[in-house]
Amino acid sequence: MDFLTVLQILDSTLRLSTPLLLACLAGLFSERAGIFDIGLEGKMLAAAFFSAATAAATGSVWVGLLAGIGASLALSGLHGVASITFRGNQLISGVAINFLAAGLTVLIGQSWFGLGGRTPSLIGGGRFEPITLPFAEALSGVPIIGPLYAELISGHTIPVYVALLCVPLTWYILFRTRFGLRLRAVGENPAAVDTAGVSVVGLRFAAVAICGVLCGIAGAYLATGLQAGFVKDMSAGRGFIALAALIFAKWRPWYALYATLLFGFLQAISLRPDVIKSLVGFNVQIQLLDALPYILTVVILAGFVGKAVPPRAGGAPYVKER
Amino acid sequence: MSDTTEGRPDGAAPAIELKGISKAFGAVQANKDISIRVMPGTIHGIIGENGAGKSTLMSILYGFYKADAGEVFIAGRKTDIPDSQAAIAAGIGMVFQHFKLVENFTVLENIILGAEDGARLGPSLSKARKELTQLAAEYELNVDPDALIENIGVGMQQRVEILKALYRRADILILDEPTGVLTPAEADHLFRILEGLKREGKTIILITHKLREIMDITDTVSVMRRGEMTATVKTSETSPAELAELMVGRKVLLRVDKKPATPGANVLEVEDLRVVDDKGVERVKGVSLVVKAGEILGVAGVAGNGQSELLEVLGGVQTGTGTIRVNGQEIDLTGSQSDARTRRARGIAHVPEDRQRAGLIMDFKAWENVAFGYHDDPAYQSGLLMNNAAIREDTEGKIERFDVRPANANLPAKSFSGGNQQKLVLAREIERNPDLLLIGQPTRGVDIGAIEFIHQRIVELRDEGKAILLVSVELDEIMSLSDRIAVIFDGQIMGERLPSETDEKELGLLMAGITDTTHDHSVEEIEANLARAHGEVH
Repeated sequence: MDFLTVLQILDSTLRLSTPLLLACLAGLFSERAGIFDIGLEGKMLAAAFFSAATAAATGSVWVGLLAGIGASLALSGLHGVASITFRGNQLISGVAINFLAAGLTVLIGQSWFGLGGRTPSLIGGGRFEPITLPFAEALSGVPIIGPLYAELISGHTIPVYVALLCVPLTWYILFRTRFGLRLRAVGENPAAVDTAGVSVVGLRFAAVAICGVLCGIAGAYLATGLQAGFVKDMSAGRGFIALAALIFAKWRPWYALYATLLFGFLQAISLRPDVIKSLVGFNVQIQLLDALPYILTVVILAGFVGKAVPPRAGGAPYVKER
Repeated sequence: MSDTTEGRPDGAAPAIELKGISKAFGAVQANKDISIRVMPGTIHGIIGENGAGKSTLMSILYGFYKADAGEVFIAGRKTDIPDSQAAIAAGIGMVFQHFKLVENFTVLENIILGAEDGARLGPSLSKARKELTQLAAEYELNVDPDALIENIGVGMQQRVEILKALYRRADILILDEPTGVLTPAEADHLFRILEGLKREGKTIILITHKLREIMDITDTVSVMRRGEMTATVKTSETSPAELAELMVGRKVLLRVDKKPATPGANVLEVEDLRVVDDKGVERVKGVSLVVKAGEILGVAGVAGNGQSELLEVLGGVQTGTGTIRVNGQEIDLTGSQSDARTRRARGIAHVPEDRQRAGLIMDFKAWENVAFGYHDDPAYQSGLLMNNAAIREDTEGKIERFDVRPANANLPAKSFSGGNQQKLVLAREIERNPDLLLIGQPTRGVDIGAIEFIHQRIVELRDEGKAILLVSVELDEIMSLSDRIAVIFDGQIMGERLPSETDEKELGLLMAGITDTTHDHSVEEIEANLARAHGEVH
């Protein structure tokens, strides 16, 4: 296996990790504030559809991105109203959102475009194009560093860089700001926040909104960056993989990066059966490779990877008591 | 009812004045037209039984509930308190019975939460650190600012709560049952802190059900009963007996009336009992004890020192290692016979510490609850079916004999008061004529009238020649009921004493793990010991 192949796999790892990372950070904000969200999947799917549909109609990926974020935010709002305002069950609300998104995207897609639930293929300005970072050309001649920079670091679409920047940003917000302190507190002991004179409802809605924005970018990236248009069920369980990664990451931003990179890597090598064959010496069933991220998800959720302690007030609506 | 305006400096307005406060939850009138006046720089006690409306009243003052009617005046000015934010702004701080702290935050983070100085945490934290040092020096409120809450003892956690209030510039401090979780030495320390705060001109409201605390530290005291304020008196002009009568509405016996015990043969023998919890922490570390027929052995200790696990193993709801014999016969501790049902068959009755979690199913009817654990009693069967009529009839008898109110076997357990719930559990367990009664926190959350009744029943059972193992965190209860007292600390028995030959002070030291009780020990020493045991648990 040569250096270039390794770079190619890592390059595709980065691209495939991006939606997972964004969704994982989305879940991190929500769950750190005590709102469990299994609706990440549905929000991504809705964002993917509306961003692709809008980008197809307007020809602008940026307008598409905004539409995707809007769709995701609307579903977040629904989850917030159900689980924060009306203190409903967070799991049921999340499941409902997933079903709603799976059904609505195809239904609306068919009614708008008549392509069997798909959107037209996006071309030109309707997609995120790779951007070349400065000096990529100039450095490409330098051994090791040159190709590493030009192939792996440069040449991605903007959402990839946004996702990576979100990691230190999330860390800073959570652990170095007043908002972060309150957000973490509300996920651990909302009564402490309430008696300190801070609104539990306000904080939780803020967290759910951030979750919506991040899921929106993740979904938009699926349809307008990773692929060129929306197809039915294109989120393909990424929302659930992101949840597994979140548990794996013990609800910490940097660990979330590592966890989603691992999942992205598994998805990347499953696209390269030739490399696998040259490594292990025989043909591995492609289906088995495809299943790898999901198998890891099951293993993590079954609790094989150490004990992860979720935020203590997670999943429980806040009711004032004496 | 007398108004305490004496000794007021001319022109000074009361720190707090409530006028005609009323609050109802559905059909229950929690507060009925309550008026109260607290002068600045005084300690005012509010005493009353569980459910008398003390906490509701204070929650209204702290903006947790909205009163249906009535007005609040702070320092003479009419003040609206719609939420906690407004209460804090009005200079009110509250230390709740169950602390409102974030367990995995540091002391410092908990103190600034909600009172940060800007969007960035750094400056707030360093400012709070400086201020904390000052406050600590001023009021003896020593805390480690960088310790995690989950790693410090309850005494220190409580000081963090007080510091939280002071950091927010509170002039009025409300403490709800502050000594429930403290050792006697820690409670004394708390009272010294409160005296210090009072000297600095702070106004303190102390909510408690312990008459002794009221007598020790308050200047004035208000008594509440069934949502009403029955009296406000100067502490120096009243007595515990008078206060108890005002609380209950009739004369009550504050001491348990009992004859000396006449112990017989050993009923329960425990040797080297060890319990490891599901986190792998050893909670009971080699306990040995004996309970004889016709005696009450009281196990005293601060909550969380292994007494709960001891009770659970004996009751068959937890596994352990070691030897337990009842009437000379060994009990299976880990095998297939180590369940509560087999224990009952061997003559062990168990009144669990947490009656709402382990003693009753709150949504089930009284008669259904009475059948639990004894559902295979032939008297309750009718062929393949349960004989519900028989169970109901049996329950009605128990309700009558134990004076459970309301006397209705068809009501769900949750609609009885704490005391009446406890009477139901007690009736279920002791009417089975056990040889050994395990009873945990018999009067937690139980009103004074019911306490008297429950204590009498326990003593009667002893006089019938039964062995009783009593676990309680209320030292008063241990002192007045027990024939012998064993003190547990960090999963070990620190010593046994006879009630007539010991006092609260000595027991308090033993409860903090200090066996050398011949000289005085500082609070710091006691706390260090408690924190060490606490740290091991986490």
